[in-house]
Amino acid sequence: MKVPKDLRYTKEHEWVRLRGQEAEVGITDFAQGELGDVVFVELPAVGTRVAQMKSFGTIDAVKTVSDLFAPVSGEVAAVNTDLKNDPALINQSPYEKGWMIRIKMANLAEADALLSAEAYEKALGAHA
Amino acid sequence: MLDTTSTLKRTPFYARHVALGAKMVPFAGFEMPIQYEGIVAEHRAVRGGVGVFDVSHMGEIRLRGSGARDYANRLLTNEVGSIPEGKAVYTPMCLETGGIVDDLLVYATGSDRLLVVNAANFEKDLAWIREHAPSNVTVVDENEETAQLAVQGPRAEDVMARLYGDRVKELGFYTFFEEGKGEDWTLVSRTGYTGEDGFEVYVKASRALRTWDSVFEAGTPALIRPVGLGARDTLRLEMGYCLYGNDIDETRNPLEAGLGWTVRFEKPAFLGKEALVVAERDGTTERLVGLVLEGERIARHGSEVASQGRTVGTVTSGSMGISIGKPVAMAYTHRDHARAGTKLEVRTRGQETPASVVTRPMYRGGSVRSPKPRRNP
Repeated sequence: MKVPKDLRYTKEHEWVRLRGQEAEVGITDFAQGELGDVVFVELPAVGTRVAQMKSFGTIDAVKTVSDLFAPVSGEVAAVNTDLKNDPALINQSPYEKGWMIRIKMANLAEADALLSAEAYEKALGAHA
Repeated sequence: MLDTTSTLKRTPFYARHVALGAKMVPFAGFEMPIQYEGIVAEHRAVRGGVGVFDVSHMGEIRLRGSGARDYANRLLTNEVGSIPEGKAVYTPMCLETGGIVDDLLVYATGSDRLLVVNAANFEKDLAWIREHAPSNVTVVDENEETAQLAVQGPRAEDVMARLYGDRVKELGFYTFFEEGKGEDWTLVSRTGYTGEDGFEVYVKASRALRTWDSVFEAGTPALIRPVGLGARDTLRLEMGYCLYGNDIDETRNPLEAGLGWTVRFEKPAFLGKEALVVAERDGTTERLVGLVLEGERIARHGSEVASQGRTVGTVTSGSMGISIGKPVAMAYTHRDHARAGTKLEVRTRGQETPASVVTRPMYRGGSVRSPKPRRNP
């Protein structure tokens, strides 16, 4: 199970790639493995305001549905439209092609509360 | 998720699941493989080739003795008394209220009746069957000693004929043969729960791993795959087959579940007959229907079904119809909204998704030889 060192994480198994004011968001390798085959993901439109730890969408796997939580607050700057036609990208490439949204952060300090790769791995250890 | 790993039972095939890297989950008191490589790939493997399922969690109960046939016929709603040796029958077992205790498969083996029940209901069923048994019937628990594999798919016959010879090809739908005694006992039936042609193989637990290996050796790696409970559920749902605990339970009778063809009213007596005669005369208020949804949102167990804003039913099973390409579901709806072609809405997470009532099975491309529903995982 991959946990890239250069990303930040939430306990709810989202990852965050910080680039200046923008935060790219997806779900972790662990999360996609637990969900199984993803068949549908519902994402907000560009311009939607999202709030830290509030749901920004849902993800349907064959067996289950799960909420997606915003790791940081802000405005949705971009949405991965490839997921509409090929939601399995989330299973195949959770950290690259399976990215979901980019958030223009309203408060950069919120990113400080995100987990490091080491801290996320430790949280996963408690899971297993 | 409940942490009950330490108390879960394992089937005789456990070592193979672990070696294949299966994702194991608790199911009906067992640690079972929900998937190996992925539900979608495994689903397609069964529709296009051969899939092998460990279904050893199912419970085997044998009725033995001079009264076995008559007792089975009084216990169960379908005709299981006068059927010829070598015949298998799908049937509900009902409460006096008509509610379904379980749905099961019955094998007519000599004067015995071998009952194969749902894992989650095994203890309840055994108690119910013992409680009603007359003195000339012995109820034998064969659950622990029996291992079961389902070999399913349009190419299953090739694999099985290589293992068991040409008599496999002569097996009609819902018939079986047995061979061997004691630890060498094997039962092969042309039955299944996938909508494809297929077989179920019963052996003693001591021969389970050898049987697993020989089944896989009889197929080519490209053709034959292990399949978990996840795809078992998506396959049966596309066929509109009932899953006990989701679509049927003690509050539902076979008539509203669309299983009226398994209730033989001409039999002089069976448990639940009086209540079912009334239900048949008056008609049931709700019917179990198949739904195909428009859009991509998946209906889940408990989702409300509405007609022009008014709630008219509840989803009992829902998933992606992998071979249909649209989300599918089963739901109990009011009988006024149960006819094929009826337009309804399914409420999923605050949104309404259009859905159409369709005649079961929802998937019609399968290689199975009969359209009738069968039994549970």
